[in-house]
Amino acid sequence: MSSRAPAILVLEDGRVFRGAAYGSVGETFGEAVFNTGMTGYQETLTDPSYYGQVVAQTAPQIGNTGWNDEDDESRRIWVAGYVVRDASRTASNWRAERGLEDELAAQGVVGICEVDTRALTRHLRDKGAMRVGISSRSTDAEELLAKVRDTPQMAGANHVGAVTASEPYTYQAKGTPKYTVAALDLGIKRNTPRRLAERGITTTVYPAYATVDLLLDGNPDAVFLSNGPGDPATAEHQVELTRELLRRRVPVFGICFGNQILGRALGLETYKLKFGHRGVNQPVLDRHTDKIEITAHNHGFALKAPESGEYFDTEFGRVQVSHVCLNDGVVEGLTCLDAPAYSVQYHPEAAAGPHDADYLFDRLVELIENTRSNDSKGAKANA
Amino acid sequence: MPKRDDLNHILVIGSGPIQIGQACEFDYSGTQACRVLREEGLRVTLVNSNPATIMTDPEFADATYVEPITTEVIEQIIAKEKPDAILATLGGQTALNAAVALHEAGILEKHGVELIGADMDAIQRGEDRQQFKEVVLKVGGEVPRSAVCHSMDEVRDTVKELGLPVVIRPSFTMGGLGSGMAYTWEDVDRIAGNGLAESPTTEVLIEESVLGWKEYELELMRDRDDNVVVVCSIENVDPMGVHTGDSVTVAPSMTLTDREYQHMRDVGIAILREVGVDTGGCNIQFAIDPATGRMIVIEMNPRVSRSSALASKATGFPIAKIAAKLAIGYTLDEIPNDITKATPAAFEPTLDYVVVKVPRFTFEKFPGADPTLTTTMKSVGEAMSLGRTFQQALQKALRSTETKAAGFWTRPDPEGATLENTLEALKTAHDGTLYTAERALRLGASVAEVHDACKIDPWFLDQIAQLIEVRDEIETAAVADGALLRRAKRAGFSDAQIAALRPEFAGEDGVRRLRHRLGLRPVYKTVDTCAAEFEAHTPYHYSTYEDETEVAPSDRPKVMILGSGPNRIGQGIEFDYSCVHAVQALREVGYETIMVNCNPETVSTDYDTADRLYFEPLTFEDVTEVFHAEDESGKAAGGPGVVGVVVQLGGQTPLGLAERLEQAGLPIVGTSPRAIDNAEDRGVFGRLLGDLGLVAPAGGTATSYEEAREVAAQIGYPVLVRPSYVLGGRGMEIVYDEDSLAGFITRATAASPEHPVLIDRFLDDAIEIDVDCLCDGEDFYLGGIMEHIEEAGVHSGDSSCALPPITLGAAVIEQIRDYTAKLAFGIGVRGLMNVQYALKDEQLYVLEANPRASRTVPFVSKATAVPLAKAAARIALGAKISDLRAEGMLLPEGDGSDAGPEVPISVKEVLLPFKRFRTVEGSGIDAVLGPEMKSTGEVMGIDSSFGLAFAKATLAVYGKLPTSGKLFVSVADRDKRSIVFPVRRLVDLGFTVYATEGTGLVLKRHGIDFTPVGRHSAGADVDAVALIASGEIDLVITTPSASTGPRTDGWEIRSAAVVADVACVTTIQGAAAATQAIESASRGEIRVASLQELHRRLRGGERAAA
Repeated sequence: MSSRAPAILVLEDGRVFRGAAYGSVGETFGEAVFNTGMTGYQETLTDPSYYGQVVAQTAPQIGNTGWNDEDDESRRIWVAGYVVRDASRTASNWRAERGLEDELAAQGVVGICEVDTRALTRHLRDKGAMRVGISSRSTDAEELLAKVRDTPQMAGANHVGAVTASEPYTYQAKGTPKYTVAALDLGIKRNTPRRLAERGITTTVYPAYATVDLLLDGNPDAVFLSNGPGDPATAEHQVELTRELLRRRVPVFGICFGNQILGRALGLETYKLKFGHRGVNQPVLDRHTDKIEITAHNHGFALKAPESGEYFDTEFGRVQVSHVCLNDGVVEGLTCLDAPAYSVQYHPEAAAGPHDADYLFDRLVELIENTRSNDSKGAKANA
Repeated sequence: MPKRDDLNHILVIGSGPIQIGQACEFDYSGTQACRVLREEGLRVTLVNSNPATIMTDPEFADATYVEPITTEVIEQIIAKEKPDAILATLGGQTALNAAVALHEAGILEKHGVELIGADMDAIQRGEDRQQFKEVVLKVGGEVPRSAVCHSMDEVRDTVKELGLPVVIRPSFTMGGLGSGMAYTWEDVDRIAGNGLAESPTTEVLIEESVLGWKEYELELMRDRDDNVVVVCSIENVDPMGVHTGDSVTVAPSMTLTDREYQHMRDVGIAILREVGVDTGGCNIQFAIDPATGRMIVIEMNPRVSRSSALASKATGFPIAKIAAKLAIGYTLDEIPNDITKATPAAFEPTLDYVVVKVPRFTFEKFPGADPTLTTTMKSVGEAMSLGRTFQQALQKALRSTETKAAGFWTRPDPEGATLENTLEALKTAHDGTLYTAERALRLGASVAEVHDACKIDPWFLDQIAQLIEVRDEIETAAVADGALLRRAKRAGFSDAQIAALRPEFAGEDGVRRLRHRLGLRPVYKTVDTCAAEFEAHTPYHYSTYEDETEVAPSDRPKVMILGSGPNRIGQGIEFDYSCVHAVQALREVGYETIMVNCNPETVSTDYDTADRLYFEPLTFEDVTEVFHAEDESGKAAGGPGVVGVVVQLGGQTPLGLAERLEQAGLPIVGTSPRAIDNAEDRGVFGRLLGDLGLVAPAGGTATSYEEAREVAAQIGYPVLVRPSYVLGGRGMEIVYDEDSLAGFITRATAASPEHPVLIDRFLDDAIEIDVDCLCDGEDFYLGGIMEHIEEAGVHSGDSSCALPPITLGAAVIEQIRDYTAKLAFGIGVRGLMNVQYALKDEQLYVLEANPRASRTVPFVSKATAVPLAKAAARIALGAKISDLRAEGMLLPEGDGSDAGPEVPISVKEVLLPFKRFRTVEGSGIDAVLGPEMKSTGEVMGIDSSFGLAFAKATLAVYGKLPTSGKLFVSVADRDKRSIVFPVRRLVDLGFTVYATEGTGLVLKRHGIDFTPVGRHSAGADVDAVALIASGEIDLVITTPSASTGPRTDGWEIRSAAVVADVACVTTIQGAAAATQAIESASRGEIRVASLQELHRRLRGGERAAA
């Protein structure tokens, strides 16, 4: 650790943190956010929703289990920069293939370690998420601050294009295929098609700007709106596409960014949270069952709660705010009562995080089944 | 869902005396439970026989029964109090077993009392090994291949199938008692044989060995709506094979990926649901094969456990408190998180720091005991530390244990240590395995080699290797500059460690001066359950070397109270009790109280106890830095800063720091360190006694064997020898001749290098008396006089005693009061003092005076309804005894020497841990009492007469008191005359007598028939040891002859009694007391009374008058 070069982290309000070079040596910029998960750094780093963000881990010992070839949630690391307190120099785990720092360096991720990450977190909590720069090339804070202030804000940023798949691909169901789902890749994580596949669902993943016709080309049983980075207010194409799906009564399930898109399609607004929810310990109440689930979160934006409270009317019928965060009352899920659509703001696919919300994939199967039986009833009625 | 409205009155069962495997963590959990239930408006009845607990303070329950935790006694309490429900999941295995026994005796049903928390089926599913295994398999988990056996034949068949080694675990025992790893067929016979005997259900589990696997624990909570959260994951640094209580542990887990952790979480939650613990906490242990990741479930505790206390302190999530709320019907989302206030308890804490727990052992107290760490817990206490990194937390934890070594490199390597023998030593788990691992790495072993030897995960070993690298740099750097010093401090090095590596600093003080000159001081972070995501409102701090401190400014006058560190024999819960009382008393009069302690089991380290909590090692460096941070921030806020530091209540740990702290400018309040020192210094104290006209046994001091021999020859043998400055009689012995004296001197120099050896005439057959008193410099208040049952020579901490004294006349009592007052004024006491006297031939000898809180303070406070430690804390900060009398804290007039005939008798009896230990060969260790303290805990029995009170105390310790059956007697010659009467009474009560020849002959001459039993050494037909071991004997009375030692008959008899769990009396006075107790018990006179009733009787008069 003594051989590390000095590094600095400068926030846009001028606060400076000093540490040591970590990962790739260089300079990087993004939105400073903190993640409170104590496990799952590999999944976090490869989660496309972190695109454009410099992630600080509040857990101080990072890298202990190294890097393996199984836990990536996408094709690469997406974070713009990585901030940790104590970087492990060894990897101890039977699945580890190499060290975390080797992987960061190989993928060109600039990081900083030996930082008082708790002070940084408290600062972001009090002042809100903001732009940040890390440099392990120069320790001139003034110079770096000027550069930080030149970088774009997260609000208004459209990052979907950067992370989405370039071509459609298919993830096969496990066992006998029972259903098909078309997933709109706004930054999808691998564990989502995996969870669907376990339920006999074959998922075809489409690029974010796919048209409705392309998406429905294979006559899927449902459409899935994935998680992803950036400001949902910029997702006009996806919102319009979702409205069309609602009109055609195609079953829709959205998570995270997908929740915001469904909300906007239903007429709700989105707003930027002060410092967001990023971690794997967030309590969410499911109003259907009155059960509490401990869930994985990664969102800096949220749906503005409707003025009428739990239930509200839209052009697609009545909608319920079905899930709320018990910590701060943020809207964490919507269920359409008159349309086959629902969504949650958090990550039922977990990875990283607890599996409490896994039931939401079962709900998709139920929704598909109900829609099928209604259709066949409808067909009979028509006949 | 709101709380249940059908519950109005709860009976809480405590955990009884402190013992290995069940320490003060259950006072912490029980205190929280009682507080919560009363806040919720419920009536609380409590039963716990341990007077040294905060939970048994009368203000924590509506009716507090300091009574034995036995089925009969609890039934009486149920019949009298008529509770709606029993909460037994917060009082350890003792309370859970008591609940099972009540259920099996049909008492719960008979009185219509519900078990809340976990019902009987859930307890059975969690505790019964076979049922539990089925639960695990049902939810898709894996278990070690195993079989439950009820006989040795079944055991042997199973072992043949599984192959050696195997683990053997008896069912329904606490702390893994009786379990062990068998590598050979001899091991199998021994461990399984004992295990079948220990298990109340004659049942042992034989299972596949998972020795060397990684070990984990999860702490979970469930509410009545089936919401479950995982509060904490704990990883054992010591691998499988070492009991978790004896392992170094770390939270959160360090070497699991999210996939593996979530799998563990899923299985844990599924088990909790399937077992059906309705509400509350539980603990589940897992093992993971480091090569393949195969995870198996080891066991669960369907209750709050030692690990729950650790998890609560480690995370800030108060498991016991929440468990109590869940038990009365709340759900997790309805309970606010105390620390954030804004968020609910329905979440999983996340840590932005690392917690390390290190066990504390006292093998030196039990010569002959096998010090190998196994699946039977042997540690007596633990220290916990928090740091921002593992390295920091580990180093802080190591120096918190207050062992000879205060972290790496603070003691020389053992002589002749080589890489080979160090690696060899690592193959057996022992106290200080990490020190040995460090040595191996430093001597050149690779991480892989060390891992192969001890199976500790390479990640932890590499962390230690990194510390060695910093060490090397400190040692070899041309200049130890600020950057290097900063790196060392960030890695958790103490000033003392750095000083040990760089002689040029001329000691710890030199390092500190340089560090302060460089402005290198710790900052204090907050334990907040949420990694700073939300603002914390509870100042629960730990130190680290980083950018930003979180100490909030406050202009209130502050008082620091130094706690007592890890529990050990001689310094246990009693001192924590006094510290907590000081906090309560000083908070009440407006001081901002600051607790510094590192013991996770205690009430003092509950963030609810003091205004501010610093979870820090109790070393000079760590304490002065806390003082600096608090004093400076207080003064910066315009307040007076820290106006007092209380060191006299936490036992030897803070006391040992007092002088240096005062020299460093800390405002020590209460009795001055100088006065404390004077009382310890033989010369000064001897002159004081002379000036006051008081008599001490003839004695002297010596710093060499030659000197010692001269002193001893002058005063005559036997002599009592001991190192100065010790608690618990560490190293104290009665020496009968020069040879043993020579041996003692060699050992004593290791016991306390800076202080000479004290040699006193040993008073045979004297009555020993303990006194606790208060003095404010103007006024004197005698708290209580305790008469020991055992003669002088048995350590006061191991003696049973009675208050008020049962045989002392008014003149002696007056003399005691007079002597004690003179001593208090002569020494300059400002607070508490404990004096020990010996009464022999009507002469009162002063044995010692300790101007500090003693072990007996809680007992005296409960017996007299006067909170002595609270009064002492107030006096330390300037209050006068007259003020405290006026306030009603002390009696308005008179004091503890005025007990009238109507005052009930309180008896203190101790619990000895001999049963926990075995020799390497597997036989029991000697159970004899002596001048070195060996007990781990105490109980209190209160009743109208001595016999009844002593009977209760005996019941509380042993759980039973034989009222008829077979008695075995064998006493030393000097006791033969005195034994006749007690044995005669026991025969009248229906005992039949077995005796050795000498003792038997004396009995026969007094007309008492006996069955002769041969001496073990003589190879007789009816061998005493075999007879006791067979379990045929119900009561053993055996007193040691002067030439006591291993391999004598007495030793074998006593250890056989320990192994067979037979009540064994080893003093003649004890025999008389036991006889009285048996007599009272056989008349069936035992009745229960609450402490509140007792205190009303003791202090009701004054209130009525007022």
